[in-house]
Amino acid sequence: MDVINAAEWAKRIKMNNRMAAAKLISAIERQEQIARDVLKQLFMPVGNAHVIGVTGSAGAGKSCVVSSMISAYRKQGRTVGVIAIDPSSPFTGGAFLGDRLRMQTHGRDKGVYIRSMATRGYLGGLARGAVDAMRVMEAMGHDVVIVETVGTGQDEVDVSRLVQTCLLVVTPTMGDDIQAMKAGIMEIAQVIVLNKSDMPGKDAALLDLEVSLRMRPVAEEGWLVPVVPTVATTDDGIEELMEQIEKHQAWLRKAEGLKQYAFKKAEQESSVIIKDEIERVIFDQLRGTGLRRKYLEKIVAGEIDPYTAVEEVMTLFIKKSVKDV
Amino acid sequence: MKKKKDNKVRKIKVLVTKVGLDGHDRGAKVIASMLKEAGMEVVYLGMFMMPKDIVDAAIDEDVDVIGLSTLSGGHLVFTPQIVEEMKKGGLNDVRLVLGGVIPIEDVPTLKEMGVDAVFPAGSLTEPIVTYIRNHVRQ
Repeated sequence: MDVINAAEWAKRIKMNNRMAAAKLISAIERQEQIARDVLKQLFMPVGNAHVIGVTGSAGAGKSCVVSSMISAYRKQGRTVGVIAIDPSSPFTGGAFLGDRLRMQTHGRDKGVYIRSMATRGYLGGLARGAVDAMRVMEAMGHDVVIVETVGTGQDEVDVSRLVQTCLLVVTPTMGDDIQAMKAGIMEIAQVIVLNKSDMPGKDAALLDLEVSLRMRPVAEEGWLVPVVPTVATTDDGIEELMEQIEKHQAWLRKAEGLKQYAFKKAEQESSVIIKDEIERVIFDQLRGTGLRRKYLEKIVAGEIDPYTAVEEVMTLFIKKSVKDV
Repeated sequence: MKKKKDNKVRKIKVLVTKVGLDGHDRGAKVIASMLKEAGMEVVYLGMFMMPKDIVDAAIDEDVDVIGLSTLSGGHLVFTPQIVEEMKKGGLNDVRLVLGGVIPIEDVPTLKEMGVDAVFPAGSLTEPIVTYIRNHVRQ
């Protein structure tokens, strides 16, 4: 792509130019200044696209469920943007991004844009740039934006603060009722998908989920979390899943849920930006001073504890930065 | 290898896939794992892809390299199609790399067609990694 300014870049994305969108997502991943400038121009109020999160443990069938959902949306004539996240290696920084493979039947469909992202060390089940990538897909004009998290365990709940409807994909082998009763990821879903329902143990799992859901207070007034059995590879149960997602969207609109969602998202997004900025300010100032190394050596030698060390650094840099402003 | 934590470092992104009716994916998987171990981000697209599928995915994923594994002998047929699609899609700065069961005498022809590098059966992994590191746009 030729070199262009932020305004032109934003314009191309709004005209659904796939390469412009792809290049911007890469710039977002690299945390380039130009990406921020374009994102500022792409900002728009929440509510244009239905933003759906899909989470669940590795191998539960998230990508296959997403693929079936894409087919269903396309039949309705709606366009879909998908962000599929897989983990980066903590050792080499490399990543094996294998979600797209499950959705490749939609590869040639111009109404579908799929982008794989690696976490690049970001915890919480998402990639650092995922929120901004969601904005890019909304700006491209997609009616539905789906974010598929990395395979999650029990505690990766960030996605629920950034999407309107969150699906949790589980399988009949998820464990017993004790697992279903636990806090964390079991609480964040608006719809639970019991995928691979052709496997043994489906009825017991369904019962465990239903019972545990009825034992906890309703998280959202007026919305009872449904459990939908599916077999994503054969599209079984997908129709029912789509109905439940639509119902939740309708409920959100009626219950002013979209306003709450917008607030929740703004809160989450801005707190991430604040943390990033503070981190950047401090590390930028530390760079090349040798101070970090000095403190680390002191900590290792037992001369100073990490709390005092950080307090000293903060006093030095944060106060200085605030004064500068 | 030194661990790189700085996200601003340009990560190399590679699409690894196979074209047409070629059902042997072990090689492609080995290459994909190896590139991951070398610190690259690999989008693994699997088997039975058509040239246009591959190029469309390369655009959406903004990859630096398209790596094709071929074991069925179809490389002289599909390579020009992929090069053509890459031109149409505007992927001028994306490298096209082939590997697999490719007779040595086909290599010059493939390069003439527009392939950037060919790694026939028996290639070691190190030169592949080195090639990609040295030839990707920085």
